Amino acid sequence: MGHSVYLDHASTTYTKPEVLKEMLPYFTDLYGNPSSVHRYGREARKALDQARERTAAALNADPNEIYFTGSGTEADNWAVKGTALANSKKGNHIITSSIEHHAVLYTCKYLERNGFEVTYLPVDEYGLVDPEQVRNAITDKTILVSVMAANNEIGTIQPIGEIGAIAREKGILFHTDAVQAVGSIPIDVKEMNIDLLSLSAHKFYGPKGAGALYMRKGVKSEQIMHGGAQERNRRAGTENLPAIVGLGKAIELAVTDIPQRNARLEALRNRLIDGILSTVENTRLNGHPIKRLAGNVNFSFEFIEGEALLLSLDIKGIAGSSGSACTSGSLDPSHVLLAIGLSHEIAHGSLRLTLGDRNTEEDIDYVLEVLPEVVQRLREMSPLFNQNKGGRTYV
Amino acid sequence: MYSEQVMDHFMNPRNVGEIENPDGVGEVGNARCGDIMKVFMKIENDIIVDVKFKTFGCGAAIATSSMSTELIKGKTVDEALRVTNKKVTEALGGLPPVKLHCSVLAEEAIKAAIEDYKNKQAEKQTADSI
Ligand SMILES: Cc1ncc(COP(=O)(O)O)c(C=O)c1O
Ligand SMILES: [Zn+2]
Repeated sequence: MGHSVYLDHASTTYTKPEVLKEMLPYFTDLYGNPSSVHRYGREARKALDQARERTAAALNADPNEIYFTGSGTEADNWAVKGTALANSKKGNHIITSSIEHHAVLYTCKYLERNGFEVTYLPVDEYGLVDPEQVRNAITDKTILVSVMAANNEIGTIQPIGEIGAIAREKGILFHTDAVQAVGSIPIDVKEMNIDLLSLSAHKFYGPKGAGALYMRKGVKSEQIMHGGAQERNRRAGTENLPAIVGLGKAIELAVTDIPQRNARLEALRNRLIDGILSTVENTRLNGHPIKRLAGNVNFSFEFIEGEALLLSLDIKGIAGSSGSACTSGSLDPSHVLLAIGLSHEIAHGSLRLTLGDRNTEEDIDYVLEVLPEVVQRLREMSPLFNQNKGGRTYV
Repeated sequence: MYSEQVMDHFMNPRNVGEIENPDGVGEVGNARCGDIMKVFMKIENDIIVDVKFKTFGCGAAIATSSMSTELIKGKTVDEALRVTNKKVTEALGGLPPVKLHCSVLAEEAIKAAIEDYKNKQAEKQTADSI
């Protein structure tokens, strides 16, 4: 086998060995139900409490403000639907951004079909939400502002502290989808005036299928999952304890050395960005040059289509992702790329490479060796590409 | 996700390129929906003696472009018109259901090129008869 370079860490990460090690006993030996009275149950409860404490500590929250869920998606759904339902007497207006993950966006669309009004704030060419636009969008009907901490596709980091301050000043709840941000940017829910925050373990070297919602004490929210009395009567369903233990360990690791890990990732990221810009013509970097996640690289290559690019890279052992329509099963390219003002054709030619802790300089150099050839091969096949003129201009 | 044949035609596409002074050209699709195919044909006595294509699109679009041009090369214009996207897809060992729409492109581009050829023929005849 030749090279194998995984550059899709924003989709999911591997589980770190030290995380897995803490999880394993909860499958085979400490398998009690945390709700049970007996010793098995008490042991499980202890582990659940510890995971909750670790998660709270990572966010500067109180353990009582952490609720475990089955995914980041569930945390987003709960945050948005739960607060909308609980505060509908106060108002029916929600403010969010046009580049949220579908877990927030489609939840908002669902609420729109059920009597709520949603403002989808535009972003600038870098994908930034303007806090002043948040302020201006607030009406006396507004009950929730939901803006993601960092975008999953283009990596743009939002000014959530500023947005949180505005929401707090106006007495409106502020939710942030921090699924991509945890472990990558320091988060302090108190300092940033965050009322609700979603996270997901498999984005920071924990297991899949474990998420959490931070809900500040006193936040009015409806239950979404009804049933047993788990999670202090607010989220029914027997806890996925091994995964939650993994989440607790992973988040503890993820927030301890952010500056060092980011410095390493940023160096690799910049090597990749600079390398691509200097070897491939007619490309653009999507997202913000500085306010971006340390591991995120997102390019559009003119005249070619993203899925064809992914396939070609995959054959060379490089795993990435794309916002092209042909990778999504829909006919439209990524809503994020369209929201930053890209034309459909440029959006179709996007490639996202997201770095993780295991990536090395050799990985980056291998990509830089392979990518220009691959892009050139596809361009030579493209009717949009004119070799002599270096490309046709779009109308 | 893709069959071996699809990957083969994607990695080693047949008939890529352009033809100078073609007898028929067809371009279909648009960059908005993500796929564009342009077909060039050299036609002598109603036989497609050469065909080339250029495609902007996904793996399925490129593979169907390649396979369909293979299937019509050397055929008469009428035979070529009977090469449907279904036949092309079958020859490729099938496509994932979500990718079927990408395979329609090739059939349409071939039809467009033949139509262009027929229009040009008709024009020539009118010109000749003046
Ligand atoms: C920003 C963002 N929000 C939510 C999610 C959904 O998280 P999960 O995969 O845990 O449901 C993701 C992951 O794809 C994400 O990137
Ligand atoms: Zn396609």
